[in-house]
Order: sequence, then structure tokens, then C-alpha cells
Amino acid sequence: MRELIVGLAGNPNVGKTTVFNQLTGMHQHVGNWPGKTVEKAEGHFEYDGVKFDIVDLPGNYSLSAHSIEEIVSRDFIVDESSDVIINVVDAANLERNLYLTVQMMELDANLILALNMNDFAKRKEHYINIDLMSELLGFPVIEIDAKHKEGFDELLKTTIHQANHPVHSSKKLVYGDELKEHLGDIQDLIEQDHVLSDVPSLWVAIKLLENDEIIVDKVKNAPHGKIIMDEVKKVDKHLYDIFKEDGEEIIANARYAFIDGLVKEVVSKPDIEKPSRTDRIDNIVTNRILGIPIFLIILYCMFQIVFSVGAPFEYLINQGFDAAGRFIISNFGNTITTSFLVDGLIGGVGGVVIFLPQIALMFLVISILEDSGYLARAAFVMDRVMHKLVGLHGKAFIPMILGFGCGVPGIMATRTMENESDRLLTMMIIPFMSCTSRLPVYALFIAAFFTAYQGQMLFAIYLIGILIAIIVAFILKRTIFKGMSSPFVMELPSYKIPSLKGVLLHTWEKTKDFLKKAGSIILVASIIIWILGYFPLGVQYADHQSLIGQLGSFIAPIFAPLGFGQWEPTVALLFGIVSKEVVIGTFSALFGSASGGIGIETAIHTIFTPLTAFVFMIFVLLYVPCFATLATIKQETNSWKWPIVMVMITTGTAYIVSFIIYHIGLFIGFT
Amino acid sequence: MATKTLLDAKPGEEVIIKSLNHDGDSDLRRHLLGMGFVKGSKIKMEKVAPLGDPVKFKIKGYSVCLRKEEAKNIEIE
Repeated sequence: MRELIVGLAGNPNVGKTTVFNQLTGMHQHVGNWPGKTVEKAEGHFEYDGVKFDIVDLPGNYSLSAHSIEEIVSRDFIVDESSDVIINVVDAANLERNLYLTVQMMELDANLILALNMNDFAKRKEHYINIDLMSELLGFPVIEIDAKHKEGFDELLKTTIHQANHPVHSSKKLVYGDELKEHLGDIQDLIEQDHVLSDVPSLWVAIKLLENDEIIVDKVKNAPHGKIIMDEVKKVDKHLYDIFKEDGEEIIANARYAFIDGLVKEVVSKPDIEKPSRTDRIDNIVTNRILGIPIFLIILYCMFQIVFSVGAPFEYLINQGFDAAGRFIISNFGNTITTSFLVDGLIGGVGGVVIFLPQIALMFLVISILEDSGYLARAAFVMDRVMHKLVGLHGKAFIPMILGFGCGVPGIMATRTMENESDRLLTMMIIPFMSCTSRLPVYALFIAAFFTAYQGQMLFAIYLIGILIAIIVAFILKRTIFKGMSSPFVMELPSYKIPSLKGVLLHTWEKTKDFLKKAGSIILVASIIIWILGYFPLGVQYADHQSLIGQLGSFIAPIFAPLGFGQWEPTVALLFGIVSKEVVIGTFSALFGSASGGIGIETAIHTIFTPLTAFVFMIFVLLYVPCFATLATIKQETNSWKWPIVMVMITTGTAYIVSFIIYHIGLFIGFT
Repeated sequence: MATKTLLDAKPGEEVIIKSLNHDGDSDLRRHLLGMGFVKGSKIKMEKVAPLGDPVKFKIKGYSVCLRKEEAKNIEIE
């Protein structure tokens, strides 16, 4: 059977993913490009006796050499033997979308234009002459409706036809006589160099004028490199004398001039654009007065949905694990194997899996906010605050908020930030946003020590977390992440009603990722901790004579300056590195038996005073995030460096802040 | 005559881009060029964010926001 490799390219938010999912069904897998976190999805299906291999390229606006996504897309078009490139284009935003199209034409790609979102265009009273557009571009333009799966037959038939009769899409691209002539001069030299013959000479010439680092390096190392670069320099100077602009600007002008000409010919639009639905929604959502309250209400609803809908499921899963544990113990007795299963596996892995419903819900809500186009508005509304306070983007606000739910989705959400240094900085402060796993610790301690001020106490702890995050970000921005300022330029996509399928697919994939990443690391950690708690043989599980107990006693003096230098809290904190709810699990294991079952609340009164209890909560709030979070950072940055940096920053901060609070407390007269 | 920049545009006003400041960040400049901030493009100032920054513009039929810091480097006619 004939097999076609088809690339799917386009700007973000044009319905590319919808096209992809419609074509391939739910059977796609998302693969990571080696070393980077840029995803390209691949899917397969059959149509009319042809096997299609569809590669969904990252959404780009451009094909320069300045972002990984752009390079991934252009490498695919340049290097890989794709048969056809389908460029999905938003018909309601033609000019902006065609900028990418034009760059693919420079690459001479075997192109098809799939015009999507025509209903939006019609609502704006934009009418596109498809036939004329196709004629002027020199390759097929097909009208589709991705959401309702219309126009796909024609699209696929055209793709098959096009694979057999490739077009040279650069043929009809014109850039004005002056530029054309000089590009031609450079092209002539490039074409004489056999090393450079694998890519279109027009494209190389354009990239040289644009001063594209990757191509400049490649040409410099080619046999005729020097002659070519001399010519480029000459042309550059000549063009500057005429246009008073540099190469990059001239090329961008030329591309937009071509697009403007094309759009003038093929699109009829009203003289005065009437406000779109997006404009009307934005008038309310980013309103001077309502903007911030609406943002806060949306956040509040998000928390409410995640916690209230998630809680019953969490309870059920927890009950399931408990029942499984009891079943194992009652049927097989208290042996080394059952201890491993119950204390090690169910205790460790189960402690994290119970949060899965909340994590899935969190992903679901984010997907909806993301796909609807609201998240960009949140960044728009909050940018000023973030910028003034810490020198970060408004975009950093979103992952931080998500960190309240769980650090893992928070860290994943930093993907929306283009600037690598800002992205890393944001990751580093996410753990200070108190996640749901820490809540059980506060619940226990507040109930035991601060009965009169429960609500205020909890609120204070969350606030301290935010405050510390801002202070640490402020310091980091001026030290480790210094000098890399990032301008704020962000497109605000049109609002859309997210597709159910898209959102569910998103949620499922991210949840699955979380399970895979978190699962493996937590499994290993749980096994290690179980071994430390179980051995040497004969001791009570996680008793002070066990390895972990001995380790706790050994480390405990470190915490003495913070007011809790006993081995039990030390062990709880050690266990808590796996996941914060384990802190409470540890206390219940330690005190449940040691104190003859007098209850944890009574038992912790023997160890903590109100002051040290508060300091302990602050330490739990600030110190090392869980393994899942660290594993996610490792995954997202593809390096062990950043998880290690995070361990140092968080633990250092926790120690310093706890120390200060403890000593201020002592000074004021608390004990 | 003092040069006018995007910051001088009033909400709802449509202006024409004259040039992008050259001594700014080159990555940003490239980004903006790609987004259609080229000479002669029409750009409409739409609104300022609730806290006074950034500012939302409409160019080539889509919305984009820039901080005032960046907008002041774009000259208009």
C-alpha cells in the first residue's frame, strides 16, 4: 500500500489539533523530541487505499531560528521526506496566518492550504475567493470545517493528488524587483555550491539576508562560503542605502507586502470592521474595573470545582486502598511481604494516587481555560502585578495559581512561557504555593494547637507561602536569573468554545503523563523508605530503632535550632519528601503504636508547643517539594541540575524562614 | 517635532507604523516584524489593562498586547 507522510503545520489556535484528531481519531501518541520538551504528535489512518502518516507540527507563527518549536517545524519541512505539507489557516485571521505560509513557500514546500474557521470569517463579513486565492498562490486551497469534519474528503483527495504531482510553491512568490534581483545574485552563488544544494537557494538567500544564525553558520563552512557571504554583505549594504532598513526588516516588509496584495485581491471585507464576539467578551473580561474581580472569581471557581468535585473520589480511592491493606493483613498476616505491600506500596504510591481525581480535574479546568482563550487574558490582566513585584511575566501567574492545587501541573504549565530563564525561575517558586498535599498537615496541627483561630491560621499560612514566593522570586531574579529581561508580547487569541473531545484528550494525556512520571519515581522512593523503616529485622515498622529511626535521630540535631529537634518530626519530614501527606502518615505510624494509641493529637502535644508547631507547619510549607514535582522538573528541563537547585532553594528558604520565625517567637515571649 | 510613538495613540485610535526602534532587543524586533509590525501597517490602540499596563492593540486583524516599555519604541505617523 502506498504510504504518505503528511506534515500538519499552522499557527497556534487555528484548529490544527482538531484537524489532527478528526483525521486520526483518538489513536495518536504524543512523542517528545529528544532533549527538548517540544511535542509533535503522530497519527496513522487509511483513506482511499493510501496509508497516511500525519505529523502534527508545533504551532508556530514563523520559521526563524529563534525558538525550538520553529526549528522543529522547519527541520521537518526541510530535512524529512514529507510528501505534502497541509497548512491549516484561520480564515478569519488571514494576514497573520499567511506569514507562516509565505515562509513555507520560500522553502518550496509541497503545500496545500486548508482554510478553517470560515464561519468566523463570514461572521466578520469576510468573503474569500477560494479559486482566485489558489490561482494566485499556485497551490490548492481547500475550505474545511474541522469541528464538523467538513471538506476532509476533498482535502485528502487533493493530498493524494498533490503527492503524485508536487508543486513548487515558491514559484508565485514575488518580493519586488529590487529585492528579487539581489536575491537572484545571491542564489546564483549558492547554486554553484554543491554543499548547499539540498535546500532551495531562494530560502538560503533569504535566511542569509535575515542573518539567521543556523544558516549563516552552515554557509560559512561551505566551500564557497566566503564568496557568498561577501555578496550578502554587499547586497545588505546596497539595500540599506535604498530602503534605510536592514535585511530582516526588508524581508518582513516584502512578505507582508505580498500578503497584503494577495488579501486585497481575494478577500472582500467591510470598510469598517464590526466588533467581533471576542471584542465584546473582552470588553467585559479585561474591563478596567471588572477585569481583576472576574479573574479572581474564575480562580475561586477553579479551586471549588477541583476540591469539591475531587473530594468524594479521593475519599473513595482512599477507602479502596485502606480496604485493600486490611484485606491483605487479615488474610496473609503480618509478614515481610504484606508489610512491603501495605506499608511500602499502598502507603507510598497510594498516598499519591488518591490525589489523581483532583489532578485530573485541575488539568480539565486548565484545558478549558486554555482552549477557550481565557488564560491569555489572565496573563494580560495580571502582568502589571507580576512585572512590578518580581520582574516576571503575567504569564507566570498562571502556573503559580495552579501550584495551589499541585506542583506538577503548575510546573507543566510553565511551558506557555517562551523565555527559558523566566520559565525556570517560575518553576523554582511554584513549590512555595502551598499545594493540596500539605493541607492534611495544617489540618492536624491547627486542630491540635490553634483551635480558636483555625481559619485565620490557615489563611496566614497560604499568605506566607505567596509572600515567600514573591520574595524568593525577587531575589532569584536579581541573582541566578539576573539580567535576562523578557519583553511582554503576547497574542490574544479569539475566544472559542472548547471542543469536548479536545479537552478530554488533553486531560487524559496530561493525567497519564503525571501517573507515569510520578508513579515510577514514587514507587522507587516508597520501596527505599519501606526498607529503611522495616530493617533491621525485628524492629517495629518505622520505630526509632529502625534504620529510618536511627537516621532520624542522627539528623534531628539539625532541626534543634528550629525548635523541633526530636527524631519523630525529623523522620516525618524525611518521609514527607516523597509526598507531603506522608508527614501525617508518618506521625500516625509513629504515635499510633508508641504512645499506646492515645491519638496523634495528644501525642504531638508532648513534642510541640504552639510556637514550634507553627514553625513546623512553615517548614512543611516551604521545604523540598514532593518527588513527583522534582521528577516533573527533571522531565521538563531534561536535566538533574534544576531539581537539585530547587531542593537547595526550597530547603534553604524553609530553614532560614523557620529559624527567623522561631527566634522572633522566642524573643516575643512564646515558648 | 517630537516623534510620536504607539504610546501616544488614544484608545480606539488607528495609526500607521513608521518604524521600529533599532537599538532595542533584536529578538523582540524580529518577533514584532513577524507579527506584522512593519512600516505602513495600520495598528489600532484598543485598551489598557486594568492596572495600567500592558496595552492591547489590534494589527492585521488580530489582537496583541505589548507593555508600554515596548510600545514606546515603535514610532507612528
